[in-house]
Amino acid sequence: MLDVKNIRQDFPILNRTVNGKPLIYFDNAATSQTPQQVIDVIVDYYTNYNANIHRGVHSLSQEATDAYEQSRLKIQNHFNAKHSHEIIFTSGTTHGINLVANGFSSLLKKGDEIIVSALEHHSNIVPWQMLCERTGASLKVIPMNNNGELILSEYEALLNDNTKLVFVNHISNALGTINPIEKIIEKAHAVGAAVLVDGAQSCPHIKPDVQALDVDFYVCSAHKMCGPTGVGMLYGKEAWLNKLPPYQGGGEMIAEVSFEKTTYAGLPHKFEAGTPNICGGIAFGAALDYMNAIGFDAIAEYENDLLDYGTTELLKIEGLKIYGTAKEKTSVISFNVNSIHPYDIGTILDKMGIAVRTGHHCAQPIMDFYNIPGTIRASFMFYNTKEEIDAFITALKKAIMMLS
Amino acid sequence: MTIEEVQNEIIDEFSMFEDWEERYQYMIDLGKDLPIIDEKYKTEANIIKGCQSKVWVHANMEDDKVNFTADSDAIITKGIIAILIRTFSNQHPKAIIEANTDFIDKIGLKEHLSPTRANGLVSMIKQLKMYAIAYQTQLN
Repeated sequence: MLDVKNIRQDFPILNRTVNGKPLIYFDNAATSQTPQQVIDVIVDYYTNYNANIHRGVHSLSQEATDAYEQSRLKIQNHFNAKHSHEIIFTSGTTHGINLVANGFSSLLKKGDEIIVSALEHHSNIVPWQMLCERTGASLKVIPMNNNGELILSEYEALLNDNTKLVFVNHISNALGTINPIEKIIEKAHAVGAAVLVDGAQSCPHIKPDVQALDVDFYVCSAHKMCGPTGVGMLYGKEAWLNKLPPYQGGGEMIAEVSFEKTTYAGLPHKFEAGTPNICGGIAFGAALDYMNAIGFDAIAEYENDLLDYGTTELLKIEGLKIYGTAKEKTSVISFNVNSIHPYDIGTILDKMGIAVRTGHHCAQPIMDFYNIPGTIRASFMFYNTKEEIDAFITALKKAIMMLS
Repeated sequence: MTIEEVQNEIIDEFSMFEDWEERYQYMIDLGKDLPIIDEKYKTEANIIKGCQSKVWVHANMEDDKVNFTADSDAIITKGIIAILIRTFSNQHPKAIIEANTDFIDKIGLKEHLSPTRANGLVSMIKQLKMYAIAYQTQLN
């Protein structure tokens, strides 16, 4: 079992107060907190070997390049990619999705179809709408049931020979539903469609094996898994990455340039134009080291326990309704109390030092499905505790009393 | 009373509270008593969309004085609207145009008027002033 008391020592931010109260941070699905081990790596980089990579002959540049490429290997290893050049550093999940969407704009034609799920984040809907506008392809949506689970029979009915791409998140940010991506990928491949999985919400909680999943593209962000903001990764099967054209032009992504013709660099550099977030990339690797040292099995076991406890305790409150009651879900609880506006509850909770997310969670279609303006979302990480949940419940009851 | 006098009166009222709970409870109660906008004015045209809460505002002028009614789907937002409307209502348009809202800092509610808060309040203040400017041109 995971030693939460010791783990909390690693996170300096958990010692601070907000509005005079000890911080209780339950907005982990928006961004996770950063352990000292990762902060140290960031400080070390800027203190000791800050330099541009892949081009200098001097020692600092070599050290920075080594550390950055070492991090790519850590990511490859973590996700069990076949080749390290199948790991592309991005600025985050949204960047990765746009990179793939842009790449497909040259492969799609009128009459082609793209499938997305009803559980998507805005960032996973808009690029495909733009892609459809550019190419004349059409967008189909896998509907969900009342529990917030995708209806797989409807998905199968949408698949046909025109389906070229399927986009689905591994875990819904608004509801916490874990989607059955193994089945989704298998069915898509049966009609020859590629699959991109948004792993922004899953990677903090589970360790995906991209080869076992046989997924074509997988994207995530470092900042949701104890790393810094502004960096993430795109995994793509080698064959697919070779097929897609470069996303951005610039330094790093070229082999030879003349005014007549430019030849592009090979993978992964073809997709990494310009000076990347070097420090962020290195810190991303450190974050993976940190989480792997704790162990994803221990993390899942502990977080499931928090989820069960939080769900049970919340449901004791009269008039409280939880949205997203899928059988398979992670430590995210989205809820409302009677007709109290989520913004009001979030504001009062903040006064008591508790950070939750309120609003539509960038997933308006889901809120429309339930016909609500938004929800209050409490999301837990392995450094949260049952004592914090108790304090949260007490504060929530007080907020309800004030607002009723 | 001038806008400044009303604002000073509100500062006095809030100075009686010992902690945030009393301040917020008062604000919530004010929200409940807000002059509610007539349902027929709760239209798309009168809506101010914040990312978190929605606000509706309606204005009319009588005897050269502007009056506002409003509503919000969130009660704390409504409480702040009630405070703002109390200062701006029943005033000459020129006074509304020239008024500032610095008093909100003094009653400890500054965070609610932050442009990044996305509750619609900053846009609402602009909207109140726009109404005042429109009515002022009618008077000129």
